[in-house]
Amino acid sequence: MKEQDQERKKIISVKNLSKIYDMGAVKVHALRDIGMDIHEGEFTAIMGHSGSGKSTLLNIFGCLDVPTEGKYYLDGADVSHLNKNQLARMRNRKIGFVFQTYNLLPRTSALENVELPLLYNPEIRRKERKEKAMNTLELVGLTDWSEHFPNQLSGGQQQRVAIARALVNDPVIMLADEPTGNLDTRTSFEVMEIFQELNRKGITIALVTHEADISKFATRNILFRDGRIIKEIMVERVKNAREELNKLPPEDEDI
Amino acid sequence: MKLLNLFVIALRSLNKNKIRSLLTMLGIIIGVASVIAMLAIGQGSRDSIENQISGLGSNVIMVFPGATFRGGVATAAGSAQSLEMDDLEAIRANCPSVKYISPVARSGGQIIAGSYNWNSSIRGVYNEYFDIRNIEVESGSRFSEMDEKRASKVCIIGQTVAENLFDEYTDPVGQRIRINKIPFTVIGLLKEKGQGGMGEDQDDIIYAPFSTVQRRMRGARQNIQQIYISAVSEEKIEPASEEIDDLLRTRKNISKYEDPPFNIRTQTEIVEMFTSTSNTMMVLLAGIASISLIVGGIGIMNIMLVSVTERTREIGLRMAVGARGKDILRQFLLEAVLLSLLGGLIGAAFGILSSKLFVVIMGWPVTVSSFSVIMAFSFAFVVGVFFGWYPASKAARLIPMDALRYE
Ligand SMILES: Nc1ncnc2c1ncn2[C@@H]1O[C@H](COP(=O)(O)OP(=O)(O)OP(=O)(O)O)[C@@H](O)[C@H]1O
Ligand SMILES: [Mg+2]
Repeated sequence: MKEQDQERKKIISVKNLSKIYDMGAVKVHALRDIGMDIHEGEFTAIMGHSGSGKSTLLNIFGCLDVPTEGKYYLDGADVSHLNKNQLARMRNRKIGFVFQTYNLLPRTSALENVELPLLYNPEIRRKERKEKAMNTLELVGLTDWSEHFPNQLSGGQQQRVAIARALVNDPVIMLADEPTGNLDTRTSFEVMEIFQELNRKGITIALVTHEADISKFATRNILFRDGRIIKEIMVERVKNAREELNKLPPEDEDI
Repeated sequence: MKLLNLFVIALRSLNKNKIRSLLTMLGIIIGVASVIAMLAIGQGSRDSIENQISGLGSNVIMVFPGATFRGGVATAAGSAQSLEMDDLEAIRANCPSVKYISPVARSGGQIIAGSYNWNSSIRGVYNEYFDIRNIEVESGSRFSEMDEKRASKVCIIGQTVAENLFDEYTDPVGQRIRINKIPFTVIGLLKEKGQGGMGEDQDDIIYAPFSTVQRRMRGARQNIQQIYISAVSEEKIEPASEEIDDLLRTRKNISKYEDPPFNIRTQTEIVEMFTSTSNTMMVLLAGIASISLIVGGIGIMNIMLVSVTERTREIGLRMAVGARGKDILRQFLLEAVLLSLLGGLIGAAFGILSSKLFVVIMGWPVTVSSFSVIMAFSFAFVVGVFFGWYPASKAARLIPMDALRYE
């Protein structure tokens, strides 16, 4: 396993990474001296208590924030000291981000929500944009819902639209910050099923969760406490979301 | 991001808030409409004044006694006894650039013909006056030299006077009328001239020989109220005016450096004077109208600020998926500019429409110039950019993470 890792391409590599929020009177050490790698094709779950720095790390991974100290290599390039515009370009070309609260544009169709990242890529023409968006919606099983507005979709469907949006630009990594945080068990499993399927297709995924049973769908778990990695485990028996869904009592009996 | 995409996004977001967009545009609509209407009215009255001045006659020079022109109004003209018949004859004899010359004596009063009566103004003039002012006689004849010498009680009347004194079957020429109880014979009827630039009736006038009005109606006073002169050609207007000035100064012993007790005005000067006052008027009107444009711009800024706050999460998300500050700036700026341009378009339509309404309802002279439309429109555009910039740059400066977390 270990040897295999080293052959694989490093998508994310951080060294001595720290993030300090300077609140004037107090300095919050959100991340302290983090070093870790994420290889191509991995499905990593980041775990930890509230306030342990999971989101902070994911935001840095997602080029939404910059580290106070340390190095961050994304897809082989040093992105620790990029300016705003360069970061925007990184987000547009390399990153797919899924939020806990979906963050879909209201009164905008599912398809157009998925198209959004491509709008900020001038190399992609209109026709290609529509095609890509439609194909990605198909991947998450929402072809029939493409013209629906977010308020006409269930939470699970909205999160699937958000996943499609994160996928549409063919990112090198998909980052998800508590993607199942707002969903019930069944819908969470459905969303995880999509992640597993995507991962099987070779997409690298890193997600933050504090639900232990969600983390077991990932191949690798990283445990955080007070801004430090305290434990890293390779999941021995990765659960299959499809199977777990079948184990749940049938939907109508839930009531 | 491509401009077309930005355009679609901006249009859509305006479309999602139709009522709000319309209300926001209202300020610009009113501003542009009033700029156009004000300029149209200003331009219209200016055009008609110019028309009227050129209708004064050909190469006209006027000489007034005494008081000076102030702001386009002769103050108590004719109060000083500074112009006499001798002066007039001297001008005729000594100024080579002068072609025609005629004094004017003004009077007015009640005119009676049979059972009809009418009030009108009477002007005593030389026969040459008709040449100076290009006034044509439709039927009958002009004054003869004898009429002037003898102060004959003859007159030439305008169409309005004729209509009010005679029925349609009577030929006014040859009829007898009484002006302020003095019996006159109508010897001519003027050609219809229609409305003047200020809406006054140019056909409501009676001409009589100068001596008749001066002696019989004004009590034989020696002073002349006004002298009308025409220069031999347009180029000779200025030389003529100088010749007259020199001559009158010599006759009255007044040096070059003193204010003379007379006033010479050429047609060109009068045109300039009126245009400059109407220019001031127009600037004033346009200024007032621009204030509403600026108020409209503040309205846009206000709504755009609200919009930026409301859509903070949207901005955060767009940034998270790759929008640069520049893209966000353009998006919001375009929205503001579209608001103002759309407002400008509707405003221009309203402005042109209301200008036409002024013509129909008020009978005001109105000229909508394409210049004023283009100006109002570009002003609206500038207002949009100017007042849209601040909210847009505020949006562009947002930090993606903070914007995404915004509640
Ligand atoms: N923008 C910020 N300004 C100041 N402090 C911040 C900011 N963002 C996070 N922090 C602090 O950094 C620490 C780590 O926060 P972070 O959001 O990464 O935690 P988390 O592990 O994601 O927690 P949760 O599970 O509740 O989402 C916390 O103490 C938090 O208060
Ligand atoms: Mg978090």
